[in-house]
Amino acid sequence: MSGLLILIPVAIGLGALALATFLWAVRSGQYDDLDGAGQRILLDDDMP
Amino acid sequence: MSLAGEVAPPHVQTGNADLGEFARAGAEGQSVLVLAVPDAYCATCIDSIEHSLCDVPGVVTARVNLSRRHVRVEYASSLDPVALVSAVTRAGYRTYPVDHDHGDGDPAFRDLLRATAVAGFAAGNIMLFSVSIWAGADEPTRNLFHWISALIALPAILYAGQPFFRSAFSALRAGRTNMDVPISIGVTLTTALSLFETITSGEHAYFDASTMLLFFLLVGRSLDHMMRVKARSSVENLARLSPRGAHTILADGSLAFVRLVEIEPGMALLLRAGDRVPVDCRVLSGEGPVDMAVVTGESMPLAASPDVDLPAGAMNLSAALTVAALRKSDDSFLSRMQALMEAAENTRTAYRRIADRAARLYAPVVHVTAGATFVGWIVLGAGWHAALLNAVAVLIITCPCALALAVPIVHVIASGLLFENGIVMRDGSALERLAAVKRVAFDKTGTLTTGNVSFLSQELGDSSILDFAAGIAARSGHPLSVALAQASPHPITFGGDVVEHPGMGITATNAQGNWRLGSADLCGAGMDKTVDDNSRIWLAADGEVVGCFKFADAVRADARETVAALERLGLPVEILSGDQLGPVVAVAAATGIEKFSAGLAPEGKQRILEAGSRDGQPYLMVGDGINDAPALRSAHVSVAPSSATDIGRAAADFILTNQRLNGVPLLVRVARRADMLVRQNLAISVAYNALVLPLAITGHVTPLVAALAMSSSSILVVLNAMRLRLGARRSGPLSDQYRKVRT
Repeated sequence: MSGLLILIPVAIGLGALALATFLWAVRSGQYDDLDGAGQRILLDDDMP
Repeated sequence: MSLAGEVAPPHVQTGNADLGEFARAGAEGQSVLVLAVPDAYCATCIDSIEHSLCDVPGVVTARVNLSRRHVRVEYASSLDPVALVSAVTRAGYRTYPVDHDHGDGDPAFRDLLRATAVAGFAAGNIMLFSVSIWAGADEPTRNLFHWISALIALPAILYAGQPFFRSAFSALRAGRTNMDVPISIGVTLTTALSLFETITSGEHAYFDASTMLLFFLLVGRSLDHMMRVKARSSVENLARLSPRGAHTILADGSLAFVRLVEIEPGMALLLRAGDRVPVDCRVLSGEGPVDMAVVTGESMPLAASPDVDLPAGAMNLSAALTVAALRKSDDSFLSRMQALMEAAENTRTAYRRIADRAARLYAPVVHVTAGATFVGWIVLGAGWHAALLNAVAVLIITCPCALALAVPIVHVIASGLLFENGIVMRDGSALERLAAVKRVAFDKTGTLTTGNVSFLSQELGDSSILDFAAGIAARSGHPLSVALAQASPHPITFGGDVVEHPGMGITATNAQGNWRLGSADLCGAGMDKTVDDNSRIWLAADGEVVGCFKFADAVRADARETVAALERLGLPVEILSGDQLGPVVAVAAATGIEKFSAGLAPEGKQRILEAGSRDGQPYLMVGDGINDAPALRSAHVSVAPSSATDIGRAAADFILTNQRLNGVPLLVRVARRADMLVRQNLAISVAYNALVLPLAITGHVTPLVAALAMSSSSILVVLNAMRLRLGARRSGPLSDQYRKVRT
């Protein structure tokens, strides 16, 4: 039982972390141009 | 970049007043302008467009969005936005400004993604606890796990369920039901019962089922949304800048930009070459050809001269014209077409989507069954608690996850398939309607033909005469001259003086003598008495006719093949044209179409199509012009080629983005397959419900059974929809303009 008390918060915490990361990615516009993101990796220099 | 010559490049209005309308204020003395770049498709395109823009002094940032084919530019407000347009043009891309009310990404899509993520997080974590419970956790652990599940599920459902709750609520308020009504009722009741079970330390809680259901449905809905956005932005990007106004000539002779709605009858306007006629008007001065193809369907341009009336939508081809507005924009030809379209719209709203029809049958059956289960168990003497448990189990097991995915998932896959083949689907219901068509009607000018006149043959003189005439023709902007100039492989450059006589032709002088190139009258070739459809121009040297050239509106290369393919699919093809009988007969012969009607007014086309729908022989209409727009709306379903007018594209259900007609038979094949798969999917969902419903009614559905049944039926439906991609071949390479886009 005591193992559960540690493992449950850890499991939920990791899940919540992934969720928060995804929400941050959505908010910062990383899902706005999926086609462009795939092509930009081919560009040599960093755009301003 | 090859412009096939079939689509005129968009004419960018470079007047400041016009561009300024699109710019929005940004941060600290900066402005933001969004330009469409419909031809951008690769990393190199991004690079050259962004670099070209950033090299303009005053530009702060430029970022291409490849999914939408837009570039968003932030620049110092002092900079003239015309410089931005020319920078993109210099980089080699067509461009024009677009309204960017959705400039900051797509809020609706972000909301859906967030809801999907929250539902996925909740479903995953709750499943973690559910598996432990199913594995046989003892009672205190089970209670603890139920409580944790409830803590995760309640906020998640409140948040992620909003799209469904909102849609169900608005449907109920309007006195209708849709698929979201049973979904919302199912999710709400399941969650409420699970909460009750948790509080009373019950054995079964269904939090995993309700969150998983939301997750599956949200994934489907996000895909559906992506498809729609993609279709919409490709349509927007095809749109040429329609006249938003015109240049009026003020009393002192200077020009001022007036918006379309501000144009009053009697106002003097200047039409430059390439401008569209903004309102119905009469020519005051100037002479030159005006392209009527999209207005009347006539392939030969009208020779405008003083006192000739021009309808709104026609395009001024070569010379500047001064015109007086006859009517306000609301009373012009374009608006009359709009009114006809709206009238047709009313007859079309009668169509109900297959999913809505299914939901209308489905929801009452499910709710009556659940009610009957509850009453039945009470009558049989089970306690109200057990009766309620079984009734809710019925709702959970029949919660239309598979049913709600059955239709959209097929449409998402179909639209992806069509998009790869250069066809944009504007509305999912169009695919359903297309599967039911029995006949196909084509417009002639601009649809079966390219809409541009081209050189057909030389009737008099030898190839050196053609080379020489091409040299003279190269000095003029008239469509016939352009076609003649392109006809010769080695034109002889003409060095002398050239005078153009609008409506007649060209007179030219050099050391060898006086030349006349143009109509029979101009060249003294006697009256032009030819009764066939082809127009001719003559070449005369010092009054003696030495050459004659024949022109026609070229039939599209794959028109005949397309017609044959449609006939093989069991769809008789006919032509509905606004043009004269002669050209229509010629095109019908060239394409192998036996049935045709010529000289039809827009209302005439509409009547034929509506009669078809009434007689149970619904039409697929393929057309492009302004005069086709009401017909495109009246037909059961409609297709427009990419060269279509804005109003034509707005009226059509499908748009062919490449220059090929053979997308039409492909479209019919995909629609028929999609229709079959949709029906199979609905059958699968109903069969699954029929199978597990007895289990639910008799009270044998545990959360484990519910979870298994729900996911397996959804996966089955998705897999079945994927079959659409099997056996569907591509219609061939796309044109250079619209390369294959990964979907």
